Amino acid sequence: MSFCPNIVGFACQWCTYAGADLAGNLRAKYPPSIKLIKVPCSGRVEPEHVLEAFAQGADGVLVGGCHFGDCHYKTGNHKTSQRMKIFAKLLADSGFDPRRFRLEWISGAEGYRFAEVVEEFTKELQELGPNPIKEGV
Amino acid sequence: MAAKVKTAFLLAGGCAGCEMSVVDLSEVLVDVLESIEIVFWAPTVADVKYCDLEEMEDNSIDVAFVDGMIRNTENEHTVKVLRAKSKVLVAFGACATLGGIGALGDLHTKEELFKQAYQDSFSTDNPDGVMPSPEYLLDGKYELTIPALLDNCATVDQIVDVEYYVGGCPPHPKFVGQILTSLLAGELPPPGSWITSGKAVCDSCSRNPVRNGQERLPVGEIKRTIDGTPDPDTCLLQQGYMCFGPVTQGDCEGSCLNVNMPCRGCGGPLPGIKDFGARCVSTIASSMADDAAVDQFIDKYNDMAKMFYRYAHTAGSLNRKVAALKDK
Repeated sequence: MSFCPNIVGFACQWCTYAGADLAGNLRAKYPPSIKLIKVPCSGRVEPEHVLEAFAQGADGVLVGGCHFGDCHYKTGNHKTSQRMKIFAKLLADSGFDPRRFRLEWISGAEGYRFAEVVEEFTKELQELGPNPIKEGV
Repeated sequence: MAAKVKTAFLLAGGCAGCEMSVVDLSEVLVDVLESIEIVFWAPTVADVKYCDLEEMEDNSIDVAFVDGMIRNTENEHTVKVLRAKSKVLVAFGACATLGGIGALGDLHTKEELFKQAYQDSFSTDNPDGVMPSPEYLLDGKYELTIPALLDNCATVDQIVDVEYYVGGCPPHPKFVGQILTSLLAGELPPPGSWITSGKAVCDSCSRNPVRNGQERLPVGEIKRTIDGTPDPDTCLLQQGYMCFGPVTQGDCEGSCLNVNMPCRGCGGPLPGIKDFGARCVSTIASSMADDAAVDQFIDKYNDMAKMFYRYAHTAGSLNRKVAALKDK
């Protein structure tokens, strides 16, 4: 059996979480690799949460928010964008593969896009293999 | 009068700066010395040897301070011995609690570190390329040994149990005085805590815009400390100089800010912060105006790990595990 990565997904309740819901309604197929956590806004996701997921053994972490201009709180996703850009560089400079971390804008109308992103990310993680710092591997 | 509090100081992989800070107490130290008895202070101050420590009875020291990170086999051994002999162990200063500057060596391989230290650094004269080796046989009969460098750096609490944490590189002498006074009065927080006021550097910084009735504005232009001279009265972050004051414990009373230098987080994370570097990213990034400022920042401050984990590398959530993989 091929390796099925564990992805922790932080999904904004207004966009990406609704998008994931729509993916289900549309019967869109995507791998069972992602475990979604609903957050009020992608801006609520601290880089510390992402590190915690990796430290606990997640193979990949996806943060999903609204497209620019769509944020329920106006600038939450802009803040996310700024933070995660620096954070991805911090991961890379610390010697951790930043490809394990993804930031995507997926709206509530983009059910197929959600399925596509999860499929793509799962494939990429399969190529990267398990999280190297995971214990018990 | 009650019996004197038996106190010990151990220098592990640090620079002894934290001990200088204790000595800098000057007159306060003289007063304190009436209530404490220093039973061990090595290898820097008192004339006691490691073997004297080994011969002490378990739990016979009331309070022990360790400064410096665990970098070699000697540090690892002595800190374990000291733990057994002490009732209360305090990780003292940035290295002992978070890893400190030396911990940034974990971002390089052992080979790179040795090459830099014993070959490439400009004050080094080593034409034969001699590298230190933990064991050496002299004249074919004398076995000489020195402590070996561990694969990775560790904080004190990654090796033994620690009761209290004190941040700072070094802890401010005034604050050290407060610690010793509250220690003698028995007014310490529950074990496992940081000894701190719990307030941010910004709280004690006179430049804080909130204090001066100004509004905090997003930062559009990013500067490095070498770019011009900052205005001494305006918030450094507002001027574009990246300052970690908002997330750092301010027991130093903002001493760097007082001399126009931005905070780099030696005081340790504010209570509730699990990963100093990551929280710092969060704070710094959200103070910026837009993605263009972020790009400018990444461009100017190139190495994010050494920037955000300046003093807290080993204590980071992933860093120690990542560092364990680097030589493989």
